[in-house]
Amino acid sequence: MTAATLDVSGTTATPFQRLVRVELRKSYDTRAGFWLLATIGLLVLAAEVIAVSVTAAQDEPMSFGDFVGTAAFLTSFLLPVLGIMLVTTEWSQRSAMVTFSLEPRRPLVIAAKALVGVLLTLATVVFSIVVGFVANLAYGLFQGDTDWTFGWPDFFAFLITQVLAMLGGFALAALLLNTAAAIVVFFVYKWVLPGLLALGGALMGWFETLRPWIDFQSSQAAIWDWSTSGEEWAQLVVSAIVWLVVPLTIGIWRVLRAEVK
Amino acid sequence: MRQGEGMITVERLTRKYGSFTAVDDISFVCQPGRVTGFLGPNGAGKTTTMRVMVGLTPPTSGQVTIGGHHYHDIPNPGRHVGVLLDASAQHAGRTGREILELGARTMGLPASRVDEMLELVSLTPTEAKRRLRNYSLGMKQRLGIAHALLGDPSVLILDEPANGLDPAGIRWMRGLLKGYAERGGTVLLSSHLLHEVEQIADEMILIGHGRIVAQGDKKSLLAGAASGAASFVTALDNEALTKALEAKGIGVSAAGEGLRVETETVEIGRTALESGIVLTDLRAADGGLEDLFLELTSQTQREAVAS
Repeated sequence: MTAATLDVSGTTATPFQRLVRVELRKSYDTRAGFWLLATIGLLVLAAEVIAVSVTAAQDEPMSFGDFVGTAAFLTSFLLPVLGIMLVTTEWSQRSAMVTFSLEPRRPLVIAAKALVGVLLTLATVVFSIVVGFVANLAYGLFQGDTDWTFGWPDFFAFLITQVLAMLGGFALAALLLNTAAAIVVFFVYKWVLPGLLALGGALMGWFETLRPWIDFQSSQAAIWDWSTSGEEWAQLVVSAIVWLVVPLTIGIWRVLRAEVK
Repeated sequence: MRQGEGMITVERLTRKYGSFTAVDDISFVCQPGRVTGFLGPNGAGKTTTMRVMVGLTPPTSGQVTIGGHHYHDIPNPGRHVGVLLDASAQHAGRTGREILELGARTMGLPASRVDEMLELVSLTPTEAKRRLRNYSLGMKQRLGIAHALLGDPSVLILDEPANGLDPAGIRWMRGLLKGYAERGGTVLLSSHLLHEVEQIADEMILIGHGRIVAQGDKKSLLAGAASGAASFVTALDNEALTKALEAKGIGVSAAGEGLRVETETVEIGRTALESGIVLTDLRAADGGLEDLFLELTSQTQREAVAS
């Protein structure tokens, strides 16, 4: 008697790019996903309209870079939520059971989700720059002169910091696997923590020397300044390890081992 | 045992949660061309076993292979193994069609496959456009079965697929799965209802407290369980039949319009033939299996109360 077998020789493994396309589709095929993306776009638009009208009316000097910075400030809050939703939706809706049945190689699914997060971040950055461009044109119409200060270094700094923000949410989501918890922790980390760290630094001298190494928010200034200080980049790397690499590693380890219910 | 023929082979599988053993050293096989019913009360370990099969739960010890492979090693597994573990485990905000669309895209299937499956499970285009949160449990089950069949797999693993289906739906599913098995497919389906499985399964595996308490094809299980085999019979002349059976030393008691006879159906048929009595109804009393099953269920219930 021979054992019944499945002939799998004619089947190719699911290609990665197909997983990415499916994950991309999942990011906008529900109302929650669609409106999150739409909200990012609408808020950027609204903020730029306000920025143009206020600054033009008050004769405040603005540059292309300033308008893009306005958008960047907003998206740095919304993109982490996007990163969080990409991960936690599968767990709160329990669709991870189906996702991981169809693709048991879980690291590939996580990588596909992360890549979708990066692609949507890139789209957001490009959109913000286009809107910033139009805002600057409009400002120029009102004010008569325009300042086009915004170079490739600014573009890359914008892109990198936004990707880091999105990944920060993604990492916490993988760690906590719960939308509300991840959002709360992310905003504590983003809003409350820098203040606490600064306070700690003011009170304790030794902490002030430690602080730049663990304050991921401030250390990202090195990216905007394209700093020439090796120490500042080292601080960025160390704080990124603390706030990004460690939670992401533990989170991925958890997702890979988790019993999917 | 025909261990060698198994398409799904469970070998000494154990899964523990702390000190609780959900699945306790179980082994069984599911053969191609047959529907295997996995029967046991709630919490007996059916779902855990099926989750281990598709790699969603790691086993504590033992293993499961499907067609000689670990699930993890099957490329594009949806094309080989159709899985329905929980029809509600889908994003409530997606439409039925979108859920199938995502599955089809993941597996690399043409979009036409989605329409075929929707038609197969009788979900109308209007129903397919509704979001899952507005589906009844029966509709979710139909969608789940459609999702499991998307990739035209040769193995089906279905956890409580009849749950929430109306009687017509259960009959439809029975026909669907029988046909699927007749074409050579392997079907494993679980249920906590004996009559549901009895009507559809060729083989049965009874599980209770994480252990297999009985397994085999339905006939031998029924025969084995009924150590004192019993039958129900109705004749045009019940009195004459009673006399003829009692003359052979067989116990007879009245049961409704007919008789309950403490022997196998073949013996009653023979007696009736010999005595020239016309039978209008003759069937085996499947009491043995039901008793066994009820015993399992009641034990679980008692424990639930005690703990």
